[in-house]
Amino acid sequence: MVDIFYPLQWIADKLTYDVFGIAPDTHLAASVNFIIYDVMKIFVLLAVMIFVVSYIRTYVTPEKTRKVLGGKKGLQYHLLASLMGGVTPFCSCSSVPLFIGFVEAGIPLGVTFSFLITSPLVNEAAVAALWATMGLKATLIYTVSGILLGVIGGYLIGLLKMEKHVAEFVYKIKVGDSNKNPKELSAKERTAAAYESVKEIVEKVWIYVIIGVALGGIFHGYAPEGILAKYAGEDNLLAVPIAVLIGVPLYSNVMGMIPIVESLIGKGLPVGTALAFLMGVTALSLPEMIILKKVLKNELIAAFVIIVSISIIFTGYLFNIIL
Amino acid sequence: MKIEILGTGCSKCKKTKETIERVLKQSGVEAEVIKVEDIEKIMNYGVMVTPAVVIDGDVKLAGKVPDEKDIRKWIGQ
Repeated sequence: MVDIFYPLQWIADKLTYDVFGIAPDTHLAASVNFIIYDVMKIFVLLAVMIFVVSYIRTYVTPEKTRKVLGGKKGLQYHLLASLMGGVTPFCSCSSVPLFIGFVEAGIPLGVTFSFLITSPLVNEAAVAALWATMGLKATLIYTVSGILLGVIGGYLIGLLKMEKHVAEFVYKIKVGDSNKNPKELSAKERTAAAYESVKEIVEKVWIYVIIGVALGGIFHGYAPEGILAKYAGEDNLLAVPIAVLIGVPLYSNVMGMIPIVESLIGKGLPVGTALAFLMGVTALSLPEMIILKKVLKNELIAAFVIIVSISIIFTGYLFNIIL
Repeated sequence: MKIEILGTGCSKCKKTKETIERVLKQSGVEAEVIKVEDIEKIMNYGVMVTPAVVIDGDVKLAGKVPDEKDIRKWIGQ
């Protein structure tokens, strides 16, 4: 297969060996080359991916999602909700109005959760960074597992019939209709919106990407081979749950974590453990729980956290076994 | 003119308010700028993604920070 990223490798080689004059086959050359190549690759994929997904997103607004999913039960609607969550950007400050809007439209609680679980878990920036660092296969595994996790997690929450654990005021709110039919956008407006998202996300994450790649690069060049296989290998069953736990407080730094995780895999961290860690970073976040507490009672938050954590840990074990 | 900025207090909502106030100052248009943080009022406008901008009861934008060009158009400049 032709490596479409070959030109980036060529530039990285040129810069490392010719411009900076670092002797090949040294730790320093390995680190510098890795850092330059990874940074370029991540930014190229980031720009392309955000642009494409943001363009598609102009067709999948929360208002339309609400209309499509209202009053629907069944696994296929969990899948649909999860897919829509995947392309919807997730800013934790929008989770409360989205939640209320969904519940008010008669979308079952479980289907709403399928959307809420996948939305932060599968996002175009993380997918682009994964693709740039760990390749297409790991990225597809992450994305498909993320979507299924939303389906299963939401389905289980639906089975628990926890409607009474939603704050009472949520059921009393009437969603107005002054924003029900936003005007259709022209292709030019969609392009402008997609370009704006690229700018907005890149401005927000570039520093994490560079720090993450730099740390990953140092690790890549200097850490002894197989160091992680020894301590966090597949036969250490505690490694997956611990990885997920470590991931929880690292919310919003996922863009920096991905390149670090890539270098850890290079030193023997099993791929399943790595993916479970990244899912812990994106799917479970303290600030989001605090915000959701406004609309959910503790029992429902606990059910959400437990179901999502167990599903992530299971996913980690599964891929450690089959990969 | 009454300009309402809907949002539960994230950084984008703050940026929206700043941008709107800057454009108002530059264009010399008089308007009352109100920040709406009450979730019930936000929902009453049918807005699910914040920040959103409402001018005289009309939802102009939801889910992103408006740019100056948009704002000038809304305030008739």
